[in-house]
Formats: sequence, C-alpha cells, structure tokens
Amino acid sequence: MVTKLTLKDLSHKPDRFAPGHRLCPGCGAGTIVRQVLLAIDEPVVVSNATGCLEVSTTIFPYTSWRVPWIHSAFENAASTISGVEAAYQSLKRQGKITEDIKFIAFGGDGGTYDIGLQALSGAMERGHKILYICYDNGAYMNTGIQRSSATPRGAETTTSPAGKVIPGKMQYPKDLTAIMAAHNIPYVAQASPHNWRDLMRKVRKGVEKGPAFLNVISSCNRGWRHPPEMSMELSRLAVETCFWPLYEVEDGVWRLTYKPKEKLPITAWLEPQGRFRHLFRPENRHLIEEIQAEVDRRWERLLKLCGEA
Amino acid sequence: MREILALDGNAAVAHAMRQINPDVVAAYPITPQTSTVQTFSEFVANGLVKTEFITVESEHSAMSACIGAAAAGARVMTATSSAGLAFMWETLYIAASYRLPIVMLDVNRALSGPINIHCDHSDTMGAREAGWIQIFSENAQESYDNFIQAVRIAEHPDVLLPVMVMHDGFITSHAMERVELLTDEEVRNFVGEYKPAFPTLLDVHNPITYGPLDFYDYYFEHKRQQVEGMAHAQEVILEVAREYEKLSGRKYGLFEAYRLEDAEVAIVVLSSTAGTTKAVVDKLRAQGKKVGLLKPRVFRPFPAKELADALRHLKAVAVMDRSISFGAMHNAGPLYLEVLSAQRIYGGSMPVVDYIFGLGGRDIVPAQIESVYDDLFRILETGQVERLVTYLGVRE
Repeated sequence: MVTKLTLKDLSHKPDRFAPGHRLCPGCGAGTIVRQVLLAIDEPVVVSNATGCLEVSTTIFPYTSWRVPWIHSAFENAASTISGVEAAYQSLKRQGKITEDIKFIAFGGDGGTYDIGLQALSGAMERGHKILYICYDNGAYMNTGIQRSSATPRGAETTTSPAGKVIPGKMQYPKDLTAIMAAHNIPYVAQASPHNWRDLMRKVRKGVEKGPAFLNVISSCNRGWRHPPEMSMELSRLAVETCFWPLYEVEDGVWRLTYKPKEKLPITAWLEPQGRFRHLFRPENRHLIEEIQAEVDRRWERLLKLCGEA
Repeated sequence: MREILALDGNAAVAHAMRQINPDVVAAYPITPQTSTVQTFSEFVANGLVKTEFITVESEHSAMSACIGAAAAGARVMTATSSAGLAFMWETLYIAASYRLPIVMLDVNRALSGPINIHCDHSDTMGAREAGWIQIFSENAQESYDNFIQAVRIAEHPDVLLPVMVMHDGFITSHAMERVELLTDEEVRNFVGEYKPAFPTLLDVHNPITYGPLDFYDYYFEHKRQQVEGMAHAQEVILEVAREYEKLSGRKYGLFEAYRLEDAEVAIVVLSSTAGTTKAVVDKLRAQGKKVGLLKPRVFRPFPAKELADALRHLKAVAVMDRSISFGAMHNAGPLYLEVLSAQRIYGGSMPVVDYIFGLGGRDIVPAQIESVYDDLFRILETGQVERLVTYLGVRE
C-alpha cells in the first residue's frame, strides 16, 4: 500500500536515514534526503557523489544509510548508479531478483552542474530507470565555499571574493533544470525542502517514470552566511522571489507546481544572506537591479513554457 | 564440438566474452580496442548473451558503471586502450580498493601526446600501481585463454581484485590467427555461476555502505588488506592455470621460458615481440649460440623470485621495454626496473641491460633482436657494459 503524503502517515514510517550524521545544523541536504527516502515505499539503492552529504554520513565504520549505498567518486554518481541499475535489469531478466527496487543518485551542484554533467547527461540519454537528485547549495561547500556554475551572480565565495575591483561572482547560474529537460526524458522537476509535500510528490513521480532529474535548492548556512534556523525560510524566499520556481516537465509538458501569490523582490532573498552583503553598498546597487532583471526574464520565460503567460 | 577459427585478437576476446556471458558490459569505443565491443554488441543484438550492455559516454563512466554493477553483484567486463585507460585512472584505483572482480581487456596502445594509435605498453604501465592484476598475452590464442582464466582469478575469494588482460594493439588485435575455442559449455563450466563474496547493493534486506569516508584510523588497514589479495593472487593464478591446462591442453605459468635452461644469454620481453624473439632464438640456436627468452605473462603481481631463479644461471640479460619510465633510474623501462629489483633481492650477479623499443608502434624486426643478442655476447667477451639503456630503432 502506498503511504499517504500526510505528516500523520509519514510519522509512522521508519526513517531510512539515521540520525547521528555530521551534517551541519540547518543543512538543507539532510532534510532533503529524509524527505526523499520517506517519499518512497519500495526498496531503494543510493549512489552518492563526493561532497558534504557523502563525507558527513559515512565516516567509517559508521553509516547513516539504512539502504544500500555506494560512493565511488566526485563526477560519477550517475554512471555508478547506471551500472547498479543495469545489473538489476540483467539479474531481474535472469530471474535472480524479483523485487521492485528504485535507484537514486545524490550529488551537490559541483558534482552535478560541473564535474558530473557529462556522466549525468550520458546516464539520462541511455534511459536508465533512475532518479538523479541534485541538492543545489550554489557552491563547492565541502571544499570550503568555492564558486560553481550554480553560484548565483553577485555571491561572494572563496574563489569569487567580493574585492575592490570584482564584486563577487560575475556570471549568472547555469539553468541545469532546463538543460535536463532538453534531454527529453520522462520527468524533470525543481523542488524545495520547505514545500515538503511538493518535493515528495516529485520524488514519487521521478522514481516511477525514470530516467528523471530533480533539482532541489539546499541552503548552506556556512556558505550563504545566515543563521542555521533560517534554512527553510530562505528556501521559501528563493521560491517566493521566483529565483527558484517550483515546476515540473512531465513527458515534455511544462507545469508550475506552485505560483507565488505575490512575487517578492529578489532583495527579500538576497538581504538575509551574508554572501550578498556587499551588493547593498551604493557602488554595487546596480548589480541588484541586473539580478532582478535576470530573475524576471527567466520567470517570464518559464511562465510562457508553462502556458501561464 | 570445439571450433578452430581464424580470428584476430579482438574477436577472440569478444568470443571469450560471449562464452563467459557476463551480466553487464560497459564500454566505450577507442582504437584499437573498438572491434572487441563492436563484435560483442552483435552478440548482444542477436540475443546470444544475457548481458546488459551499457554504451557509456566515456571510459570514466565505463569503469564507474562497472564499479556500480560489480558492487550490485553482477559479473562485469569492459575493454579499452591507451587514453581510455588513462581516463579511467581514478576509477581503476577505486575498483581495486573496493575489491571488485572486474575483468578488462586493455589493447596496448601508446599514450598521447603526440597522439598515436599504435602499439606500445605505456598505457598498461601507467596503471601498474592501481591495484589491478595485469596479464600480458603474446597472441590471440593467449589473449582468449587469459581472458577466460581472468574471471576465475578475479573472483577467487582469496584474491577479489580486478584483472586486466593485454594484447598488442594492431599487431595482435587486428591480425588474423588460428584460434582454438573451447565449447560454450566448457567455458561456462570453467567460470561457473557467479556468487559474489560479499553482500551486494541489490541485497536490499542487508543494506551495505560501499565506499565510505575512510580516514587515518582505518584507511591504512584497508590498504594493507588489499596487499593480501595481491599476495594470494600468484598462487591462484597458477592454480587456475593448472585447471585450465587440464581442460584445454594449453599450459600457462607466471612466465614462459623459451630455450632458457642451458642458455648463456637471454632476452626478457613481453607480448607479441616475444613471438618474434622465439624465431630469432631458433635461428641463433641453429648457429650454435646459446640464447634464450623469458616472456613474462603476469606483470602484476610481479613474480620476482621465480623470475630471478629462472635467470640466475645466465651470464648476461637484456630486458626489452616497450615504454619508458620517465625520470626513473637512467630513464629505463618499468620491466627493466622490476627485473633488476628481483635480481638484487633474490640473487644473480650477471649484467642486466635495457632496450627501449617499438614506441608508438615502431616496427621491431628480427635483425634488431639479433643485434641485442650480439650485444649480450659482446658483454661476455669484453666484460664491459657500455650502455645500460639503449634505444632500439630510433633516429638519434
């Protein structure tokens, strides 16, 4: 029987992600993993790219994973799980396995947008029945907050410091969700852990329809420079400002799964984060306007794709 | 009934793969390996195997998928060459340290740059510290036989290490030879049903964490255990070879000694060049010259004692290397350095010299090999070693 996505029903499910891991308080990744594993009723096998999630949950001889789990390297979470899934298909065809098993890969934005993009693209194109989930915290947090191609424009990182001449990262983030949609795979979506029911529905669709890709915003209070308890609030603000719209592309059909009643200005999301503090100096204010214009442009394009404009 | 076919080296290995019938093959095309997986993909397309064939987008993903599939409890294979093996470099170490019995064909080809598609051994030698068992083949028949034996070696509970089997690019990979195949049933029985030694990722009721973060408090012990697997491999390789000899009538060891017993001087050389050298040995023997050959089959684990014992009676030895260990002592080749180390530990006082040859597919002809024997006899006459490392067939 399928567990209903209600707090009451979910609270009776055994947690497959054990407490005691060493992720930072307030880290988005741990919350996301719990929601993902709670969303699925079937047995799950997980592959994990090198990154915060991997190093904080499997410090030998301990592990937080009550599901089979493999980490191989940084850039190959997708190709590793594609091998696991291929083994499953082969052994199932031979009658050596009868169970219905789901396959998930987790990677951060560094391991997904950047170094793992080729492996991800290949695995999706080949049609493995897997769900790849990117927890996007917008930088290489595990190595100490270096910029990635997911880092928002203007953000200060340790390799895009806000200096006297260059005010933080100058490029806009890569639109990876759209790139994955361009693979014409059955299911692509964007989610946020503050809207847990939306996220869990998308996980269910993803593992059912795979190959599927789910991009989830994941706050990092160390990198974003905010109090840990603001983690979910900042995820919410990313959605309410339309920096991180919640939508899905199911069999080629684009659909918003949440539309803010009133779109908040991007400053509502930027201001509480220390990484954007320098943008609020007079000499950098124009950058905020430019960032707002780019958020607007991308939002309008998304509305059109979703038939909302 | 056993078939005798005209096959090139790559097709011979593709047939071995078909007969082994692995659960998963993940591979990427690269010259001169390509025709192996091309031929195998025909077997897949025609339903002759049960294999899930993953046509990955790179060699890095090929080995990554092999790691995932092997950890999931599948019998797994791949094939590559040169830059492809180099691109796998990171994951080669991971496959070995996770103790996954993956079997791979490496068709030897020079590494870039400059880019070159022809044979030398720089690709395999670059991976010699990765923790893989490495077995070189002289010809198509050996490659076929070695590939089948590799499955048993890799999966042996005392070993549990990946194995790469080599044959020479184009010289062996693309030259048609007489190859005697075992029957499908014989191969199936020889390799047996695969039973993974540890819980697998698909054993969902016994969840296992593969590849955790391993710090200074455990990493060292895990590496030490890996050494045990390699240390056991030599005996297992011989045990499997004995069993294979009973089945096939073809004898394999750690190396092949050719007219070595009463020789005064000898050449140590890998793979197809050993075939050419045998012809030279026969010619010189007919002239009454006491020459011999030692062809290593197993390079990792290196059979140091056995090799030193086999060479001890000689008066001079030439090692021929088809790659350079840049910056090593005298910029010599890796095989030379291993032979010298073996001699230092296990005795033998004869001069040993090195010849670098055949890089990037440069032809090696009998006259050149004869000149190496001439050099060795000159060392005997004069008692002098003029050069430790000689480049054979290069314009200087």
